[in-house]
Amino acid sequence: MSGAAGPPAGPGRSPLPCAPRPAAALQLSGGAEPARPGVAVIDLRLPRGAAADVQEIVFRNFYTAFLSVRVQRLGPAGPRRWVTCLRDYCLMPCPHTEEGSQDYFSLRRHQMLCDMDQVTAVRFILRQPSPVWLHFTIEELQIFPPGQKSPQKDFPSWLSQLTPPEQPASLHGELPDPEKVSTEVQQMWVLTEVIRARQAAARIGRFDVDGCYDINLLSYT
Amino acid sequence: MLDPDSGLSLTIARIVQRLKGSSLHSQLERQARVSLHKPEIKLESLKEDIKNFLKTSGWEKKLQNAVYSELNVFPSPCHPAAPPEHMKEPLAYMRKAQGSWEKRILKSLNSMCTELSIPLAQKRPLTEQKELLNKWNEMGTDEPDLSLFRPVYAPKDFLEVLMNLRNPNYENGEQPSFRNHLGLIQVPLKVKDIPELKEDFSELGLNIGQLGIDDSAQVPPEFFENEHVRVGQKVLAEQDSAAAQQYVRQGCPTALRPELWALILNISNQPEDILYYEQLKSNVIQYDLLVDSLIYKDVKLTASNDDYYFVFEDYLYQVLLCFSRDTSVLEHFTYSSATPPKSYIRGKLGMEEYAVFYPPNGVIPFHGFSMYVAPLCFLYHEPSKLYQIFREMYVRFFFRLHSISSHPSGIVSLCLLFETLLQTHLPQLFYHLREIGAQPLRISFKWMVRAFSGYLATDQLLLLWDRILGYNSLEILAVLAAAVFAFRAVNLMEVTSLAAAEAVLADLSTLKVMPLLQIFLFATVT
Repeated sequence: MSGAAGPPAGPGRSPLPCAPRPAAALQLSGGAEPARPGVAVIDLRLPRGAAADVQEIVFRNFYTAFLSVRVQRLGPAGPRRWVTCLRDYCLMPCPHTEEGSQDYFSLRRHQMLCDMDQVTAVRFILRQPSPVWLHFTIEELQIFPPGQKSPQKDFPSWLSQLTPPEQPASLHGELPDPEKVSTEVQQMWVLTEVIRARQAAARIGRFDVDGCYDINLLSYT
Repeated sequence: MLDPDSGLSLTIARIVQRLKGSSLHSQLERQARVSLHKPEIKLESLKEDIKNFLKTSGWEKKLQNAVYSELNVFPSPCHPAAPPEHMKEPLAYMRKAQGSWEKRILKSLNSMCTELSIPLAQKRPLTEQKELLNKWNEMGTDEPDLSLFRPVYAPKDFLEVLMNLRNPNYENGEQPSFRNHLGLIQVPLKVKDIPELKEDFSELGLNIGQLGIDDSAQVPPEFFENEHVRVGQKVLAEQDSAAAQQYVRQGCPTALRPELWALILNISNQPEDILYYEQLKSNVIQYDLLVDSLIYKDVKLTASNDDYYFVFEDYLYQVLLCFSRDTSVLEHFTYSSATPPKSYIRGKLGMEEYAVFYPPNGVIPFHGFSMYVAPLCFLYHEPSKLYQIFREMYVRFFFRLHSISSHPSGIVSLCLLFETLLQTHLPQLFYHLREIGAQPLRISFKWMVRAFSGYLATDQLLLLWDRILGYNSLEILAVLAAAVFAFRAVNLMEVTSLAAAEAVLADLSTLKVMPLLQIFLFATVT
């Protein structure tokens, strides 16, 4: 995996500790020349003995057209079993061209064909039918357990303030004297005018620093 | 890739956040407050009544238009794990190519500064400020000596860069193979074919009325035109951006065009907008920038020499000089693959608190830049309105014509679309031109980079730009470029050199764009 410097996980959201092996291309036994079979496999094993529930898998594509995912689960009472939980999921709608080739993807629990509980290992089967790409893989692979914040909630705080609970102002009870209101309206009008004027000033972007914009040369960094 | 639900909520969140800081938000609040004095607003149904009031008084429409404009300008949100540069351009090698192209521009600008020993920016002495203020409306009469200045780059230089663009993960063999494109552009982007284009541009179909086509034998053209004008007036009365955008797909009547375009771009020229423009003007007066000379030079070399546009010389200076000082243009760099050049205030090199963008809007003009403004001068005579329309056109469309990106409206995609269309539909012509060393893109590139401005007759150009606005896409430029080649195919088959091919296509001012587009898209057997 080349995406060593993956995106930092937000606070309260940490991926499962796991080290994916580099993608291994499918090889025919006895083939002297490395052919390009168009299929590669990435294996990912949780630390020895651990089993975890999986909520979401996040990764950045690198020229993989279709993705299948198989997981190894602890049976209710018995040996570990491999099951397919995603079959030929399309990452590049037109495999010969760039679309989707370097995009970020999320695979969520509800998209999977089976339960994602008590998973001990995950195998990604990558397919690229187009011969034009030299190399294909998936990068920055991260697996998130449930019970944590899902990525949508990982957005800046203003997002969660979007729909504040409706709190109808308590108008019943006491209403101000209309006479008094009308005298205050004048003042409010002046205030809104002031605020409006200030807003206009804020929008006028200043490009100078402390009134100075003397520049000699451009910076290369 | 986001699933649709979270994509939608992200989009809504972003729009709400952006509108909260706008003057529309405070205006709406003000109106709601004012409405409290109206007798029809009842306390028991306060919320509903105010909503109704905002609806009937037209404010709801303004809000709708603002939302629609946001949707048109900003791309849909990226995956939350994606870094910000992914929103600028998803393909790493494209970002890299844009980066090194920018570096080249910086070097060229820096070496010009060093050679001429003039700074990039300095404050004007007071006497000079006064002088400039006095001749603000006749800057064209000034004849400064600009012989030492040269345009930072011309479309031709940019084409060389695009030709050398390669995906390092693509099998780019030396030997010609099915993987190599026969044209100049070698990146494997997805471009549309004719059936897809037909679907996208379905309103341009043969049995749909168009302004710009007057050859219908059965029906007199006035029949459609009168009806179309009537509908246009209705759209304007409704003040609905989305309706206006749909409407202009069939072309704008000349008299209604300025208002319709302003409606689509959501430009209303409010008092605060005029104030903003005045502020930009005073920034021009105060500061002397090196890019001003580049702008001067460009206008003198292009628009001033143009039969249609030379009268607008003074307008062009005003708009372009103000544009260079406008920091609100910087916002478009969140969704453009380009990055604004950086510098430091003199004597403060390397100190981040003294880091500034140069020019203040982050856009370095190139040879032909002023042609993006020139056609708009026919539509708007008030400088502040002309300015706003241009700025909006730039941050929606024109920036894509001179930055390297994989966007379907980006110049790389347009070039590839043009070459693919020509190659699939006129294979013999394409092969012939290629064999004689006259790669078609070498001729059509300059048309597309300038969005055909300065090449077509003005009325035809405006009909073309109607469609850019109507479809919110620049792809029509590539289609038209291919259609022009198709139209001149017979003559082009006879030429034997690039110069001769250029001569055949030198004058596009007699072409009628709508019939060309229609024939190419809909009347050619595919």
